[in-house]
Amino acid sequence: MNSVGEACTELKREYDQCFNRWFAEKFLKGESDGDPCGQLFKRYQLCVQKAIKEKDIPIEGLEFMGPSKGKTENSS
Amino acid sequence: RLLTKTNRLPRWAERFFPANVAHSVYILEDSIVDPKNRTMTTFTWNINHARLMVVEERCVYQVNPENSNWTEVKREAWVSSSLFGVSRAIQEFGLARFKSNVTKSTKGFEYVLARMQGEAPSKTLVETAKEATEKAKETALAATEKAKDLASKAATKKKQYV
Repeated sequence: MNSVGEACTELKREYDQCFNRWFAEKFLKGESDGDPCGQLFKRYQLCVQKAIKEKDIPIEGLEFMGPSKGKTENSS
Repeated sequence: RLLTKTNRLPRWAERFFPANVAHSVYILEDSIVDPKNRTMTTFTWNINHARLMVVEERCVYQVNPENSNWTEVKREAWVSSSLFGVSRAIQEFGLARFKSNVTKSTKGFEYVLARMQGEAPSKTLVETAKEATEKAKETALAATEKAKDLASKAATKKKQYV
């Protein structure tokens, strides 16, 4: 999949490769220390943040897992 | 993850909501992976076009309690619209669109899983996609008719849960 910022797609690919390897070989096996992808992530993130600003994507003030708090079957 | 949706609004909706046609729908997907308890939870919702319609989806993946070799997923969705007068029509459309998208993505999911597990999938990817698109078309057509009808009636504000 391409990045939301066309210029960031290559950086995304590099980061994704690093992340997927770490995720499958380390994290899921219980070894969660170490941050081999931190640098790649920072570069990728900077690019994406720029694209988000340029496209005016409304990401301010959003909470993690956002509106999921207190979601039950009979929400109204 | 930040996702950009490519579904287009049906033409009847484009006429009612021309301002929304110009902008893509942006969606946030937040996930929690717990390797100790072997669960994964994702929560997805649209962060724009919210005044028109909000679709929220929560998926919980965990070990099947009866067979530890199986993964089960519980998928829940909430479709809501607060636009006075047409919210019911929008919710119906949103629900039908969601169901048809879920059909497609579930088939895709099953196809990939079959390949990963060394099974020959029962159908080719093209056939699977064709089937899913046909089903999706039928669902969408039924929804369009229903939504068109509801769009001209008064609406309630109740959310729909599936």
